[in-house]
Amino acid sequence: MKNYLMVDFGSTYTKLTAVDLEKEDIIATASHYTTVSTDITEGYHKALLKLYDQLGKKITFDKIIACSSAAGGLKMCAIGLVEELTVEAARRVCLGAGGKVDLVFSNKLTSLEVAQIIEKNIDIVLLAGGTDGGNSEVVLYNAEMLGIYGVDVPIIYAGNKACQDEIRLIFEKYRLKGYFCDNVMPKLNVLNIDSANEVIRKIFLENIIEAKGIKKIESEIDQVILPTPNAVLKAAQLLSEGYLDEAGLGDLMLIDIGGATTDVYSVGWGYPSKTDVVLKGLQEPFAKRTVEGDLGMRYSAEGVLQSMSNREIYQYKKEGIDIEYEAQKRRENVEFIATNDRDIEVDAIFAKKCVSVAVSRHVGHLEMVYTPQGTIYFQTGKNLVDVGHLIGTGGIIIKSPKASEILLSACYDRNNPLELRPASPVMMIDYDYILSAMGLLSLYEPLVALRIMKKRIKVIEEGAMKTNAIA
Amino acid sequence: MKTIVIGVIGADVHAVGNRIIEYTLTREGFNVVNIGVLSSQEDFINAAIETNASMILVSSLYGHGELDCRGMREKCIEAGIGNILLYVGGNIVVGKQDFKEVEKRFKDMGFNRVYPPGTPIEAVIPDIKKDLGML
Ligand code: B12
Repeated sequence: MKNYLMVDFGSTYTKLTAVDLEKEDIIATASHYTTVSTDITEGYHKALLKLYDQLGKKITFDKIIACSSAAGGLKMCAIGLVEELTVEAARRVCLGAGGKVDLVFSNKLTSLEVAQIIEKNIDIVLLAGGTDGGNSEVVLYNAEMLGIYGVDVPIIYAGNKACQDEIRLIFEKYRLKGYFCDNVMPKLNVLNIDSANEVIRKIFLENIIEAKGIKKIESEIDQVILPTPNAVLKAAQLLSEGYLDEAGLGDLMLIDIGGATTDVYSVGWGYPSKTDVVLKGLQEPFAKRTVEGDLGMRYSAEGVLQSMSNREIYQYKKEGIDIEYEAQKRRENVEFIATNDRDIEVDAIFAKKCVSVAVSRHVGHLEMVYTPQGTIYFQTGKNLVDVGHLIGTGGIIIKSPKASEILLSACYDRNNPLELRPASPVMMIDYDYILSAMGLLSLYEPLVALRIMKKRIKVIEEGAMKTNAIA
Repeated sequence: MKTIVIGVIGADVHAVGNRIIEYTLTREGFNVVNIGVLSSQEDFINAAIETNASMILVSSLYGHGELDCRGMREKCIEAGIGNILLYVGGNIVVGKQDFKEVEKRFKDMGFNRVYPPGTPIEAVIPDIKKDLGML
C-alpha cells in the first residue's frame, strides 16, 4: 500500500487529503483551523488526529506535500508600462502563479506608490515594461525608484531584455534582492508566462514560506511546494488536457467562491468561433486565473452588495429580503453559517452575484463595430461560449442545495449577449474539495490525480439542473 | 534598429497593402511592429510606447481617414510620445479632392507626412530614412 498526504494551509482552514495510490482514490479528508499566527504545526496535528479517527487507525505516508495560502497568501505587486500591455501581462503572470495582486502600477513609479509596496508588506515585486528592444527608459527609472526607497523584498525583472544588464547594475548598486526571467511581453501582445512563473515559484520555496512562518512545518512533512491557487490551476489544466492515454474533459471553467474572494479559472484558448469576429489585444493564457477581491460570501459581502443595482436591491426588498442588512450581517460575522431555509436562500443570492460578476470579468467580450460593409465584432479576452464543463468548488457551492442555480449564473445571459460566457456546459461539483490536493499530487502522479478527479468531481443530478434551467 | 509601428486605422479591413508595407519595411532593415487592420488610435500609441518606436505609419484605404485620424497627435502628446513621427497614406479621403487641401488638413492635425492615393510604399523609403536621420 502506498499512501500520500496532501495538505492545504488555507487562510482559515488547514485541509488534509489522504490518497491511496494503488486504489487511485481518496481514503480520508479532514480539516482544522489554520494556526499560522501561533504555530502552524498545531492545526496540522489536530487535523491529522481527525484524519486518523476517520481511518480508524494511524497510518504512515510515503509522501506529505503541501500548498499554502496562509498568512495573507502570496502578496504581489505587478509593475509595467502601458496598462493594457505590459501591466496586464505582469498582472496575469502574478495571478497564474497563484499570487494575490495587491498592487498594480503603470508607467513611472511615484514615491507614494513605492511607499505602498513597503506598507502593504508585498512579498514579491514583478517589474515589467517594454517589449524586447522597446522602451527601457521607464523600467530603468522604476528600478532606480525601488532602489532609492530600499524595497527589501524579492524583485523579479521581467521587462525589456535589452536593458537587463543595466537593471542588474541598479540591483547591485542598491543591494536589492534581484531576480531575472524572460520578458512577460517580448513582442507586442505576446504573453510569455512560463519563465516568470518558474522564478516566482523558486522564490516562494526559498523565501516566502520561511518569511511567513510556514517553513516550520517542513520538519514534519516533505515540502510546501506551491501557492494554493497555483495548485488549483494545475489541477484544472490536468483535468482539461488529460494525461497520456487518459482523456481529459476538454475546455472547462472552474469557480471557487470563498469568504473574501471569488476565483475563476478557465482552460482553453478561447479563440473566436465566427469569421466576422476579430481578436484584439494582449494574448490570453491557456490556463487562466482571475481573482475578485471585492466578491465573497463574508469578508467581501458588502462588495457583492455594491455590484447590485438599485433595482435589484429594491426587487429583493419587495420579496422581503433586506439585502443591505444581510450584507452587513455577513461582513460583521464572518463565521456565520446559514442553517435555516431563509439564510440559505440569501446566501445563494450572494453566491449567484459573486459568480455572475466574477465570470463577467473573466470572460472575453465582444464589441460591435459598424463598417461600410456591415457589422463586425472585436473580441477582447477569451471566448468561453463552447466550454464543455463548468465546475464549482468552495464551501457555499459544495454545501448549498441551490448549487446548480448558483453555477447557472455563470452561463450565457440574454441581457448581456456580448459577454462570451459558457452557453450550456455540463455542471459539476468538487464535493470533496480536492482540487488543490490533486494539483499537488499531479506534480508526482498525474495519472492518479486525473483519475481521482474524474471519479470524485461529479455532475450535478440531472433533475436539479432541469428545474433550474426553467427558472 | 529603428522601430516603426504600422497598421490600418478605424473600421477599415483592407489587409493586402498592410502586408506589403510590413514586407517592404522589414526588407529595408526596419523593426516593423504590425498591429494589422481595424486598429484604433490607442492601439497604435500603446504599441509605439512599449516598443519604443520612432514612427507610426498609418494606412487608411476606405475613405474615412480624416475622421479616424483626428486627435491622434494630441493623444500622442498626452501619452508622452508627442515627438513621434506620424505618417499617413493609402486612400485617405473619399473621391477626387484637391490633394493640397487634404495634405494641409492632415498636417494641421499633426501628421508629419501625408501621401496621396497611389503612392507605393517604396517611394517613401527615402523620406523615412531622412526623417529618422539614417541618410
Ligand atoms: C480588395 C478591395 C476590397 C476588399 C478588401 C479585402 C481585404 N480584406 O483586404 C473588400 C471587398 C473587403 C473591400 C471593401 C470595401 N472597399 Co475596397 N477595395 C479593394 C480594392 C479593389 C483593392 C485593395 C487592395 O488590396 N489593393 C492592393 C494593395 C497592395 O494596395 P493598397 O491597399 O492601396 O495599399 C498600397 C498603397 O495604398 C500604399 N499605402 C497604403 N497605406 C499607406 C500608408 C502610407 C503612409 C503610404 C506612403 C502608402 C500607403 O502602399 C500599399 C502597398 O503598396 C480597392 C481598389 C484598388 N484597386 O485599390 C478598393 C477600395 C480601396 N475600396 C473602396 C471602398 C469604398 C470599399 C468599401 C467601403 C466598399 C463598400 N461600400 O462596401 C468597403 C470597405 C470595407 C472596410 N470596412 O474597410 C474604395 C476606397 C475609396 C476611397 N477611399 O476613396 C476603393 C479605392 C475602390 C474604389 N475605387 O472605390 N475592398
